[in-house]
Amino acid sequence: MARIREKHPLWLRSCHWLNVPALALMVWSGLLIYWANDEYPGFFPQWFYKSLGIESRLAEGMAIHFNIGWVLVVNGAVYVALVFLSGHWRELFPNRQAIKDLPGAVLHDLGLRKDAPAQGKFNAAQRVAYTGVVFLAVVEVASGFAIYKPVQLGWLAALFGGYKGARLVHFIGMISFCLFFAMHLVQVMRAGWNNFRAMVAGFELEEDED
Amino acid sequence: MKIKKPRLRTWVSFVSLGLFFMAFAFVWDSITRTPDDAEDISRGLRTGLEMNGRLWKELYSPRRTSYATPPPSGKKPRVNGEIGLESPLDLSSWKLDLPNGKKLTMADLKKMPRTESSTEFRCIEGWSEDISYAGVKFSDFLQFTGLGNHSGKTLDLDHLDADLFPFVGLETPDGEYYVSLDMESMLHPQTILAYEMNGKPLGDKNGAPLRLIVPVKYGIKSLKRIGKIFFSDTRPKDYWAEQGYDWFSGL
Repeated sequence: MARIREKHPLWLRSCHWLNVPALALMVWSGLLIYWANDEYPGFFPQWFYKSLGIESRLAEGMAIHFNIGWVLVVNGAVYVALVFLSGHWRELFPNRQAIKDLPGAVLHDLGLRKDAPAQGKFNAAQRVAYTGVVFLAVVEVASGFAIYKPVQLGWLAALFGGYKGARLVHFIGMISFCLFFAMHLVQVMRAGWNNFRAMVAGFELEEDED
Repeated sequence: MKIKKPRLRTWVSFVSLGLFFMAFAFVWDSITRTPDDAEDISRGLRTGLEMNGRLWKELYSPRRTSYATPPPSGKKPRVNGEIGLESPLDLSSWKLDLPNGKKLTMADLKKMPRTESSTEFRCIEGWSEDISYAGVKFSDFLQFTGLGNHSGKTLDLDHLDADLFPFVGLETPDGEYYVSLDMESMLHPQTILAYEMNGKPLGDKNGAPLRLIVPVKYGIKSLKRIGKIFFSDTRPKDYWAEQGYDWFSGL
């Protein structure tokens, strides 16, 4: 007889799934903006712009970026607030055990080590990744505002070494987000249905041991 | 609502997620839809940009300046766009049209106090460049010409009130390029009617004989080859805002 074990509360799933279209629009509109001035030449080849129809859409890109950005800021703030209020941080932040287990967890995922890391809600690698991506989001929002208002928020731009520094950080942050997303998809597929369903329906099924 | 049965709960959850994505797509489509021939962005996105503009206008302070950079003496400033510069212009006959019917010559402008500044100049496309520039600070210009207030009273930067026009408009002599700005940004200490850039008189393509440099805005607002300056209670037309860009464009 399988037993229901509650995993992700509704607020967490809501924040998670709102992020999906909002982040996609943010990366997309960011590319529309980036095209207007290829700051890091050669990073994106011309066929990339052409095939996606990115060219000459700067105004549209900025309008989307500076509207949807607020959705992500609010969603992120709600998420971080609830992580603390709900006590979810205990299962999320890398604790001492997680840091000790991290190399083993990574080796296991790469297929170089047989024994799986202690799972709990999140294993060591997940704790590091899911906390890290929140920090990445904070850096991305901060560097974004530094580029958006380099005079009114001059102190923030200075924190990134000026306007151009903030742009570089913002760009690297975007690439990191995309890499996180790719890795996340792979890992979710590997983890299987029970794990994926938990992010949609909130629960996992556990086999009783008797 | 707590559904005990895992199978039912799974179905309800996945259908809900599907409905959420459909709702998002529907809302997004209605916010961003524009007529096929429109140059402007959709009304929904525009409303968002205007709300952003109001927020940043509220947070604006003229005490926050764009950081000073070492003046790049002699380097040619980057040229980007020649709208409004294409018709030939006889520099010796150039005059600046003002709303009180007066016309100023370059000699008149050079009699006004000269201000130099150097900072990073930022294009809306994403590039930026350190520049130095010199000319008449716009607030000095208003004080010298007695313009900017409805009543004709001389501008007092320490006591700005409802007498002040809220908008400033600028146009090239041929009227091909036109911008409008909020008065607060025009009174910023780094906002200058410039006749020199990087230690040299303005080149043709950089807006000779007189151009605006307003570092608290994207470069699209820094109109080159000014032919006319005027004031308004309503927002005058703006070339790039008509093409879908943010009107406020403040930095």
